[in-house]
Amino acid sequence: MNEKEYRVRKPISDTIFGIFVVVFLFLFVVITLYPVLNTVALSFNDGIDAVRGGIYLWPRKFSLKNYQTVFAMQNIWTGAKITVLRTVVATVTSLFANALLAFVVSRKRFMFKSQLSLFWVITMYVNGGMIPVFLLYKNLGLTGTFHVYWVPGMISAFNMLVMRTYMEGIPESLEESAQLDGAGYFTIFKDIISPLSKPVYATVALFIAVWQWNSWFDAMLYNRMKTEYTTLQYELMKLLSSVMQQSGSADSAKNSANTITPITIRAAVTVATMLPIVCLYPFLQRYFVTGLTIGGVKE
Amino acid sequence: MARDKTRKKMDMKATLKEMKHQKFLIGVSLVVVVYGIIFYYWPLTGWLMAFQNYKPKNGIFGSKFVGLDKFRFLFEDEVFIKVIRNTFAMGVINLVTTTIMAVLFAIVLNEVRRAWIKKPIQTISYLPHFLSWIVVTSILHVSLSSTGIINDLLMRFGFIDQAINFFAHPKYFWPIVAFANCWKETGWNAIIYLAAITAIDPALYEAASIDGADRLQKIRYITFPGIKPTFLILLLMNVGNVLNAGFEVQYLLGNGLVQSVSQTIDIYVLKWGISQNDYSLGTAAGLFKSAVSIAIIVIANSIAKKYSEQRLF
Repeated sequence: MNEKEYRVRKPISDTIFGIFVVVFLFLFVVITLYPVLNTVALSFNDGIDAVRGGIYLWPRKFSLKNYQTVFAMQNIWTGAKITVLRTVVATVTSLFANALLAFVVSRKRFMFKSQLSLFWVITMYVNGGMIPVFLLYKNLGLTGTFHVYWVPGMISAFNMLVMRTYMEGIPESLEESAQLDGAGYFTIFKDIISPLSKPVYATVALFIAVWQWNSWFDAMLYNRMKTEYTTLQYELMKLLSSVMQQSGSADSAKNSANTITPITIRAAVTVATMLPIVCLYPFLQRYFVTGLTIGGVKE
Repeated sequence: MARDKTRKKMDMKATLKEMKHQKFLIGVSLVVVVYGIIFYYWPLTGWLMAFQNYKPKNGIFGSKFVGLDKFRFLFEDEVFIKVIRNTFAMGVINLVTTTIMAVLFAIVLNEVRRAWIKKPIQTISYLPHFLSWIVVTSILHVSLSSTGIINDLLMRFGFIDQAINFFAHPKYFWPIVAFANCWKETGWNAIIYLAAITAIDPALYEAASIDGADRLQKIRYITFPGIKPTFLILLLMNVGNVLNAGFEVQYLLGNGLVQSVSQTIDIYVLKWGISQNDYSLGTAAGLFKSAVSIAIIVIANSIAKKYSEQRLF
């Protein structure tokens, strides 16, 4: 039996399975994308017209009014400003702190290397829980300030371990020769290890940035009363929760459509909130996947 | 004796010299240890509050100890019993559905040979992972609203006459949460399984083909055993998180009408501890959750030890 004959006798079950693969993946893509695209379409549709329903992938009555309304809302601007600011500040400080710590624990000859690692690994498994943490931040005077967004989470054991694993792969001889030339540890960190660790820096910076961009719980828990420190996600959450309360009390969502924020406005805020991530993640995803695999190896 | 002494002295000297040489490393360590003690270790003392009648003005070390009173109150509270059930049920349902979906998606995607189809699908599958739960629930809310696609399709095919208000009936809540979790994480969770499948020796598939196995048989007898270690390790890691899986989506989608099925331990902690200022009761509920989580991990690990080579510790 030659190769060709063999190919012809492909079992019928394989054809059926092939059809299943195509249908499954088609449905998967549709179910993943449709709700997102539908939200985008709604955000460009006239608000009153949208209540009738029947808007799918394209707006029926095109209107930019939703976005005009959203961009005229002061709290959205404040939220956007704080969200950008916290993302930038936290990414820079947290990246630096984690990198420096990872550098220290990855020095093979450092005398307290294993104790320091253990000290941080433990924090991954035990934590005080919501209330002790809340009281701590309150006592430290962090609640009601912008600093609550970047100070408490500055060092994270997971991010540190990802970086440590990477730095451990850098040949020790580089460090030794620099030391012979009289370089101190900070110089080695700044001029030798950091330039070589750029890929893992990018990965961790992205982890932190996306985490910061998407956070809402800290804004709600610690800065509820401080409208000047609100975030975009939290503003969206407030819009959403007012609707949830409505749908929980009125039996028909249609009747309450006039009293709550129109669905199209919510759609516009949703799109504005996710836009930066949707635009950027396809280019950055390989860094995330790298981080996942490095982190996974170490687990 | 004298020799030993000098040796010790020399050792000390060497250590001191090494310490001086490593002063930068030691300095950084000290700073981060202080930071870690403040932000990670200090809150652990807060567990004491669970056994006290904590009053903020007295502090942790000045409040009166009341033994297990707070726990007694918890277990006499019917709401808390329901909350435990909800947390467990949703945790288990989510773990099972997301795992099945991730394995299924990884296996199916692996059957696609052409990279120009496979790559875009995989990129699309990651998208929801990067969106916040707020955005996800907002999008979901649109799809499930009275004018959303689900009601639209159901009415169009004549299954229902009137739009269903999905968020007003307790029976829909758990499935909605499970779906939301699958929607958000399937593509991302599948990454590890895809990596595991890629690591399987292709010669096994070739040999199976020659023996006349069809694609389903190859999946059953080669792919499944190939990803089993990964599957078990992830399962072990995730069972300990079963009770942690219930906060954001339940908090965001819950409302008065579905409260009986939507409230989880974390929401209960938030409600009693932060909103009602009963810090001790909130902490007791949180402590109960942590203790059960640790017990689950230990039990799962010992079961795994007994029946297979996979274990966490």
